[in-house]
Amino acid sequence: MEQLLGQFSLGLFILQTVIFVCLVLLLKKFAWKPILDAVNEREEGIKNALQSAENARKEMQLLQADNELILQEARIERDALLKEAREMRDKMIADSKQDAQAEGARMIEQAKAAIAAEKNAAMAELKNQVSALSIEIAEKLVKQELTDKAAQTKLIEKLLTEVKAN
Amino acid sequence: MVIFKKPLLITALVLSLVATVSSFANDTTSVLTSAKQAEAAVEEVVATPALSEEAKAELEREEFIQHHLLDSHEFHLFSYGKESGEEKHVGFPLPVIFYDEGFHFFMSSAFHHGESVVESNGKYYKLYHEKIYRTDAAGTLNMDHHNHPENIQPLDLSITKNIFMVLVASALMFFIFVRLAKSYKKNNGVATGVGRFFEPIVLFIRDDIAIPNIGEKHYKKYMSHLLTVFFFIWFLNLFGLTPLGVNVTNNIAITAALAILTYVITTFTANKNYWGHIFWMPGVPAPMKLILAPIELLGTFIKPFSLTVRLYANMLAGHVVLMSIIGMMYTFNNVVGSGLSFVLAFALSILEILVAGLQAYIFTMLTALYFGSANEEHHHEDGHH
Repeated sequence: MEQLLGQFSLGLFILQTVIFVCLVLLLKKFAWKPILDAVNEREEGIKNALQSAENARKEMQLLQADNELILQEARIERDALLKEAREMRDKMIADSKQDAQAEGARMIEQAKAAIAAEKNAAMAELKNQVSALSIEIAEKLVKQELTDKAAQTKLIEKLLTEVKAN
Repeated sequence: MVIFKKPLLITALVLSLVATVSSFANDTTSVLTSAKQAEAAVEEVVATPALSEEAKAELEREEFIQHHLLDSHEFHLFSYGKESGEEKHVGFPLPVIFYDEGFHFFMSSAFHHGESVVESNGKYYKLYHEKIYRTDAAGTLNMDHHNHPENIQPLDLSITKNIFMVLVASALMFFIFVRLAKSYKKNNGVATGVGRFFEPIVLFIRDDIAIPNIGEKHYKKYMSHLLTVFFFIWFLNLFGLTPLGVNVTNNIAITAALAILTYVITTFTANKNYWGHIFWMPGVPAPMKLILAPIELLGTFIKPFSLTVRLYANMLAGHVVLMSIIGMMYTFNNVVGSGLSFVLAFALSILEILVAGLQAYIFTMLTALYFGSANEEHHHEDGHH
């Protein structure tokens, strides 16, 4: 202990303290503070960069999901549209077919009616003519009978052939 | 506390080595431990030239080791013996500054290794055992019965070898870390050059020493001190391992200055909770509080003292053992013994490199721990036991 104290130099102690305190203060100003600040700044920067990268990744994921959704929707819409169009087409074809059938039937009906009317008219005309002719024949016959029997018969025959010819 | 296991292990290892080696080279280390004894022995050599050649060589080694460990007023690099038998010392003088009713300034070469009396501002000074004493013109030293001079010792503020190395280390630190700080600006926040090596250490001190011990909230104001302490001790420890023989951290004045700064900072930044734990320990009965207060108060003084002695003793022990083993190479003076000593010295040098960093780490760690205790927040009343 005595030797320990004997080695102890007060001057060395004072100088060491002064030099060390100066060193601490100088290094604090010129080295430690800038170093720690720079390191902190860098660490913050790295942290922020990682964070923003993570955010970007998430956003990207979100966007991709969105895209997927939109695509899905578009696909569904397209399918719906196609289906609708197909249905419409089928319906139109069916409709027009039906229309055409109805029109045809109606036209046939009409034609039938017209034919029937024509026939009736022709029949009526024929009847009229036959009756007129019959009356005429009967008139002539009556007139002939009254004059000649043979001639009458001949006449009837002749008239009949005429009728036949008609 | 896993952290403390390793240093303990290594300290134990070093101590056991000290023990074994001191039993080996008993007289080598025993003289080392006492400057006075060594000096007396050297005087004895002068007085009794009849000593054997071997004993003389041994004493020379002891003196060399002791010289290596102590502070000095000149920077001695190496010595060599000339053919004429004269010893030549190579080194350079350092400025001597001291206060004795006014400042005195001259170069240490004026002392001629303590052989000359120096006249400065009308007073006479002599260097004896690397200490400056005021003497008369003839350089008389009045010895007391312990063989210590009774002359007045002025306040020695010289740039001694230790202070010189402290300045060198400080300059080196300033250079390295200012460059590191600048490299961030130049290189967009990334360290370049040697800073790449030091940046992880700075971060280690922040993340593994400061923040866990002091806490996220308060650690920032202590960072400068912790970083400076760590690198200061580490650099000086490593300088101590160079063959220059500059062992700054095994000087108790240096370690005491560092530890007292820790104590001062702890004391002045302590919060109410810290003082409360010292003077009026919460959660114990009142009579116990009265008993605990002086113990706790004493504890605050023991902490810096233990810091001082831990660093000082570890570094001193390492150097003593290392140099003793190197000295043993000459004692054995044969292939087997010297070879073994060489291998041992080599292994120990590597261990010392580890210890250099480890002691710096422990000092910083404990400093941070004390700072942390000064800033501990009040938890809850019954949380103490």
